[in-house]
Amino acid sequence: MLKPENKIFKNLYNDHGWEIESAIKRDDWKDTKNIISKGREWIINEIKTSELRGRGGAGFSTGLKWSFAPKEVGSRPHYLVINADESEPGTCKDRDILRFEPQKLIEGCLIAGYAVNAHVCYIYIRGEYFNEGKRLQNAIDQAYEKKYLGKNACGSDWDFDIHIHYGAGAYICGEETALLESIEGNKGQPRLKPPFPALVGLYGCPTIVNNVETIAVVPTILRRGGKWFASLGKPKNTGTKIFCISGNVNSPCNVEEEMGISLRELIEKHAGGVIGGWENLQAVIPGGSSMPLLPKKICDTITMDFDSLQENKSGLGTAGIIVINKDQDIVACMARIARFYKHESCGQCTPCREGAGWMWRILDRVVKRKATFSDINLLSDVTKQIEGHTICAFGEGSAWPVQGLLRHFKKEIESRCREEPLIKKKVDNPYLVDQHLLENKNA
Amino acid sequence: MSLKKVHDSQPKDFKFSGENLKKAEEILKRYPEKNKKSAVMPFLYLAQKQNNNWIPLAAMKYIANYLSMPYISVYEVATFYTMYNLAPVGNHFVQVCTTTPCLIRGADKIVKLCKEVISPNENEVSKNGNCSWMEVECLGACVSAPMIQINDDYYEDLDEKSTKEILSSLINNKPLKPGSYRGRKNTSPEKKLSINGENHA
Repeated sequence: MLKPENKIFKNLYNDHGWEIESAIKRDDWKDTKNIISKGREWIINEIKTSELRGRGGAGFSTGLKWSFAPKEVGSRPHYLVINADESEPGTCKDRDILRFEPQKLIEGCLIAGYAVNAHVCYIYIRGEYFNEGKRLQNAIDQAYEKKYLGKNACGSDWDFDIHIHYGAGAYICGEETALLESIEGNKGQPRLKPPFPALVGLYGCPTIVNNVETIAVVPTILRRGGKWFASLGKPKNTGTKIFCISGNVNSPCNVEEEMGISLRELIEKHAGGVIGGWENLQAVIPGGSSMPLLPKKICDTITMDFDSLQENKSGLGTAGIIVINKDQDIVACMARIARFYKHESCGQCTPCREGAGWMWRILDRVVKRKATFSDINLLSDVTKQIEGHTICAFGEGSAWPVQGLLRHFKKEIESRCREEPLIKKKVDNPYLVDQHLLENKNA
Repeated sequence: MSLKKVHDSQPKDFKFSGENLKKAEEILKRYPEKNKKSAVMPFLYLAQKQNNNWIPLAAMKYIANYLSMPYISVYEVATFYTMYNLAPVGNHFVQVCTTTPCLIRGADKIVKLCKEVISPNENEVSKNGNCSWMEVECLGACVSAPMIQINDDYYEDLDEKSTKEILSSLINNKPLKPGSYRGRKNTSPEKKLSINGENHA
């Protein structure tokens, strides 16, 4: 269990107040000038020593990402962009950082901006977080008042400005290149990579895109040393992480814990246990809806870190844990996730745009007990057609949860299927018509 | 991709109010001068706020002119993102999150209540004209499920009883306060546990 003194987010529940004065009491903005004066190389090396991996889902090494930014500023300015477009079902950690620990994020922005040679930072907040954005703007204003931002920010000789840009309800804008498109004033449709944003990003300039939580832990790492952060958790999966535990637990909550904590301990110690007891557990989605679910057998022993979840063909993702107990219809739960992806596909690549609808329609048929056995093969085929054939990782994100369901709950699906195809029985089941449109005429 | 229809009857003219013009100039300062286009999303929000929470086509044309960009690009943005309403909504605009984490804690019951109290169909303004509702995808407050968003505020930790109270308070135009309806502090673990989860919808 994480010792209280090793906690980074001490105000996760707003016990102490979010204002800059109380944040300073919690050691925010302490020695910032000193840290920056040690230079870019030192900062990036210290982050590399800490083995911090991005908290937005992909788990890419943060220090390495920063080192991709060109060392010298050429004719184009550099940008830092913070991804606060938190829309992954099951995840609500960034919201609490924006509301209650905004100064950690702002200080992190300044340090990261200096490290990658950026004078301007955009924070892209999802449109629904209107109040959270207002709070962050207040916090930014307070930081300007204290001269921590603006010209010669925090006495570091580095000019730094932060602007907030609101999204407007598109999940895909959490993908870094779609996010950049959205800031540029276009539809949020991802770009082909390479070139990577570190070289050609916002307005065609070198841009580093990081998640809120990643940036918010940076100041604490630099104050306490990369080695301290690396000593927590497991090798290559270091440090602490905010876990969001939702679904069928007695007390759903956000909690900061060490990486590599066992899933069972996490659920029973912090979330009050599964409703109906551990034996009543059916499955857990360990990292936001894009990650394949894990059946109870694996949940008994699994630890929560990038590598051990990957070994079990899942992933830590954003660490949004959705607990599903035996009272729930697992296929209906996954069908709802498939509907989510169907709704949120940006429509750019055909496999994803069409395939996401196919997956939802087939799963919906299974829920209504109208599917045939051949539908199962079709479903698995569709997931393979999507995976790896799209511009961005949304394709994988929509296909993996269905693959996980097929891998672990095939029997459950088979028990609801039948031999004879529907066509013979003349059931009015439109294969090619979008049911979503039929059901929600006004949508 | 959002599947929204543009409203049938459209106002002819749209102009930013004096106050919004000032705000618009402030917004433009955030972006590099040659990238004025970036301001299209904040401008659409301004237009939506000014025009009773929905965006008429005239506003899109006005914004296109303002930012010297093609009208179709503004139209594209306004139809792509789900938070831009292209048809009138109620003064109290209820958005019910129904994605899996909320669903398994009873979001379907909240949808049922909305149908009963507000209007039988989504995106349909209630009889007295001050309320409408729609189902939306994950709103990012999963540990406080089930939850709804009314205009800008989140109402969390709901059950059937509290939802009924909130919805009828909207119909009567005296909205209750946002926040947790189980009396807990933000997203902290609750000390008073109710085993078997009878405290959610």
